[in-house]
Amino acid sequence: MTSPHLLWLLSGVGAILVLASIVGEVLRQRLSPQGGNPVIENLNARITAWWGMVILLAIAFLAGKPGVVLLFALCSFAALREFLTLTTHNRADHWSLLACFFVVLPLQYWFVLTDWYGMYSVFVPVYVFLLLPVLSALRGSTKDFLIRVSETQWALMICVYCVSHVPALLYLQIPGFEGRNVILIAYLIFVVQLSDVLQYVWGKLLGRTKIAPTLSPSKTWEGFIGGALSATAIGTALYWMTPFSPLQAAGLCLMLTLMGFFGGLVMSAIKRDRGVKDWGHLIAGHGGFIDRLDSVIFAAPIFFHVTRYYWSLT
Amino acid sequence: MVTSFPKSRLTRWAASFTGQAISLFARFITAPRAIWQGVEPAQRQRVYFANHSSNGDFVLLWTVLPPALRLQTRPVAALDYWLTSPLRAFIGREVFNAVLIDRRPEARTDDPVAQMTTALDEGASLILFPEGQRNTSDAPLLPFKSGLYHLAKARPDVDLVPVWIANLNKVMPKGEVIPVPLICTLTFGAPLHLGPDEAKEAFLARTAAALLALQPQAPA
Repeated sequence: MTSPHLLWLLSGVGAILVLASIVGEVLRQRLSPQGGNPVIENLNARITAWWGMVILLAIAFLAGKPGVVLLFALCSFAALREFLTLTTHNRADHWSLLACFFVVLPLQYWFVLTDWYGMYSVFVPVYVFLLLPVLSALRGSTKDFLIRVSETQWALMICVYCVSHVPALLYLQIPGFEGRNVILIAYLIFVVQLSDVLQYVWGKLLGRTKIAPTLSPSKTWEGFIGGALSATAIGTALYWMTPFSPLQAAGLCLMLTLMGFFGGLVMSAIKRDRGVKDWGHLIAGHGGFIDRLDSVIFAAPIFFHVTRYYWSLT
Repeated sequence: MVTSFPKSRLTRWAASFTGQAISLFARFITAPRAIWQGVEPAQRQRVYFANHSSNGDFVLLWTVLPPALRLQTRPVAALDYWLTSPLRAFIGREVFNAVLIDRRPEARTDDPVAQMTTALDEGASLILFPEGQRNTSDAPLLPFKSGLYHLAKARPDVDLVPVWIANLNKVMPKGEVIPVPLICTLTFGAPLHLGPDEAKEAFLARTAAALLALQPQAPA
């Protein structure tokens, strides 16, 4: 599933990471020689984790469709484990929670792998939505019932349904773009994550005006506008590896950065409500899987459907 | 590793492999997170004492210890549970090298406190559940048995480190067989010691309070 464009993009990301690692090391030697500056230490932890994430993604791309589907199924598993740790449930929900992990998640990714669009696009919002609460109801506990089933459904929509739209991009049939769909995934993740990183950088450099102080102290208008516009500019400059014209690429990138920003905002609201700083702890410097994926989660389904509607034959 | 009888190389290999497999499974299900709040994971002799809500408690505590500490740390477990089948006996004795104590005073031949002090004198650290049984009640902690006090009195220099294990009872509620994947947190508190002239009840109340204080704030 390699294409020269994918190799270009991966080399580009590799070059950015080499540069980031050098900058991080210089900053460490200048400002935090004993490891005493938490911002510098966190920056370096984040860069190291980025290396790991990019390498994993590259391996999955090389392994082809099953590799990519499996990687995102595992991401869904880790994200769901984080999400359901924070939701309301009691003993009566044990079977429905087991069903989420060991039935719903594998089936959703199986439908993606077998390209059954008619099923994977309605499975969680229709079938699971209606049937899963039955499992909890049968166990007879009515306390907080609506809260329990709603939060579980939300967890599945976010962590399984939305995430599964990333590998689903591999199955779109875009005339003149055959065999290169992996670029769509790389492009989606690159633009969304670049926007996150640039919002962080612009925010650290110029950030003054907080957007939503109660939700996230680090989100500022300066960071958001600077990050979204610069990520859109870079994404537009890469239009030649996509099926899109420069104008279309610019519009899509703007949409991706906006959706990504909304994702970060909504997922922060849930964290604040539950009184936690991070969703998890498995990605050093970043927090949990949902902390890293929140923007992709919101951007992926919209990117999938817009691309499918306007460019794909299926 | 402290052993009471010689083991064949095959048994040792099988035990080490089984231990790794159990640990990996525990990580897959619970992604355990250790928070060393009051103490560092240092190479010191310690008695880790924790709340007990599931049979997986000591596995999880053992899993989050750094490998070097794991090798010298032995769980204290109930002989009347772990010797009831050959598989359990293999896991209890060979894999986790447990100090097996008999909870039934009328049946036992060895004094549990003497068994634990012997293990300490051989250089081991211990994992102990002072409630003495799994807590299936709604209370966060059952009243402590006196074993922790007698151990602290017999070996007053050993650090007693409280460890709160959160969420494992939701991973596998009582009566369920398949664990549901949820993240568990283990919070290690500051070490405690028996005070001079401290009475048994006061000591047990103080240690129980120190353990309870480590509970993470429950999500709303």
